[in-house]
Amino acid sequence: MDKQGRGVQPLCACGGLKMESPMDNTLQEKDGCCPDRGSLCACSSEKKVGLQPIFPTANQDEVCCGSPPGPESGPFERPGYRLLNFVEDFMDTPVGSVPRVKTHLDPVDHIGNVAVRWGINRDHHAVAPGLYCVGKPDRESPVLVTANYKMSFDVLRKQMAGLNAWILVLDTRGINVWCAAGKNLFSTQEIVHRVKLARLSHLVNHRRIILPQLAATGVAAYRVKKDSGFKVIWGPIRARDIIRFLENGMHADQAMRRVTFSFMERLTLVPVELSALIKPTLWALLIIFIVSGVGSHIFTFSGAWSRGFMVAAAYAAGILAGALAAPVLLPWIPMRAFAAKGAITGLVGGIAVIFIFKASLNVWAAPALILITTAISSYLAMNFTGSTPFTSPSGVEKEMRKAIPLQLGAVVVAVVLWVGSAFMN
Amino acid sequence: MENFRYLRGVSTLELDVPACIGCGMCELVCPHGVFAVADQKAKICDFDGCMECGACAKNCPASAIRVTPGVGCASYIVQTWIRGKNATVECC
Repeated sequence: MDKQGRGVQPLCACGGLKMESPMDNTLQEKDGCCPDRGSLCACSSEKKVGLQPIFPTANQDEVCCGSPPGPESGPFERPGYRLLNFVEDFMDTPVGSVPRVKTHLDPVDHIGNVAVRWGINRDHHAVAPGLYCVGKPDRESPVLVTANYKMSFDVLRKQMAGLNAWILVLDTRGINVWCAAGKNLFSTQEIVHRVKLARLSHLVNHRRIILPQLAATGVAAYRVKKDSGFKVIWGPIRARDIIRFLENGMHADQAMRRVTFSFMERLTLVPVELSALIKPTLWALLIIFIVSGVGSHIFTFSGAWSRGFMVAAAYAAGILAGALAAPVLLPWIPMRAFAAKGAITGLVGGIAVIFIFKASLNVWAAPALILITTAISSYLAMNFTGSTPFTSPSGVEKEMRKAIPLQLGAVVVAVVLWVGSAFMN
Repeated sequence: MENFRYLRGVSTLELDVPACIGCGMCELVCPHGVFAVADQKAKICDFDGCMECGACAKNCPASAIRVTPGVGCASYIVQTWIRGKNATVECC
């Protein structure tokens, strides 16, 4: 065999072997990787005659460099675009090519949705607005409208297995349906705009769009009809009722029309509440250790550490009582105002903390710790109002006007008692 | 949602009964069943269930419902106190 086939090595056995260069016929050390493009790897078994430029070719059976090459690029890949994992393929329609989406979630979808529950990437968790489809929709298929928050979109498509339908995604800046409606992003104007942009009237024969009921806060159905020609059908609140709603002839029963706030729904909201506390907690700990170091020797690091640790424990108890216990136990805690509910769980937490440290606490220090836990818990529970589906702004403002002065007062009294207790010893 | 009752008598919800045309849209869009329509007129049957989301007023073709809509969120309200009502406020 000569150069164009004279290889002393099997073709392309470059994994750490001595290779013969086709260009200068010298042996080169190769440490397990491919040579430069065009210099080696005449992986074709085809015999060539004369001087030929040699390029790696794709149809090789043997492994060239490291692990085997990945799959060929798919038919839907385009330069400058990235094909998203939830797109099955594309459907040709009178208004152009429409992505057909999967009706199940991939692991990557689950990971993304769990991450946002912990506050990670929460402001950028969006899909591109526009038209999508599931199954094999035609000119009579229903059109469902949703927000472009990825989690809203995922929840909807997951519930559409077996359906043939169009999905019109609005640009709600990556915010969920209800919040976007409250912010006037899931709005009458946005729907009218997207219906026109998607050329919906060329796609379907009917003139109906199905909206999630919670969008009603931002969408005036009669205005949509007037401005776009499409009649709004108020769909169920939850995507999981969508198949039953369609089977019932687009009728939602009362259970589909009422919001709920179950134990699991409340528990799901806890991580994002906790993740929002990381930054303020760093500041709080700094202040806690500085204040705890103050005593009859002006400032001692041993005091900052040993006494600061107890306040940090009271602070942590306040977080658990206000951002975990109060939301999860919400309906079973007495009182209606959230600040009061949080004060109750905080009081319990504070008493638990002084039991732990009772050997090192005097009569000034113990109430200081209880006040800290109670005030923090009360404040955090009050903040949880923003995550519930039933608190009115008038009510929240009313309780805040009473609660915030009390919470601040409790913290001031606690600091005085705590610093005072250091001088008692 | 019967287990979840918030403060009593705080909602800004008002219904102008003579103006009501009895279309039933408020009953349909309310997520808390605050309205009931009978004899071509809407009635507020659970005033304290109202969370002031504004869906009813927005969808009333006769403009018979008034409510000051907003988000019942403490951190949002704190920020409007600090930065003023019209400031861009980050919330929820």
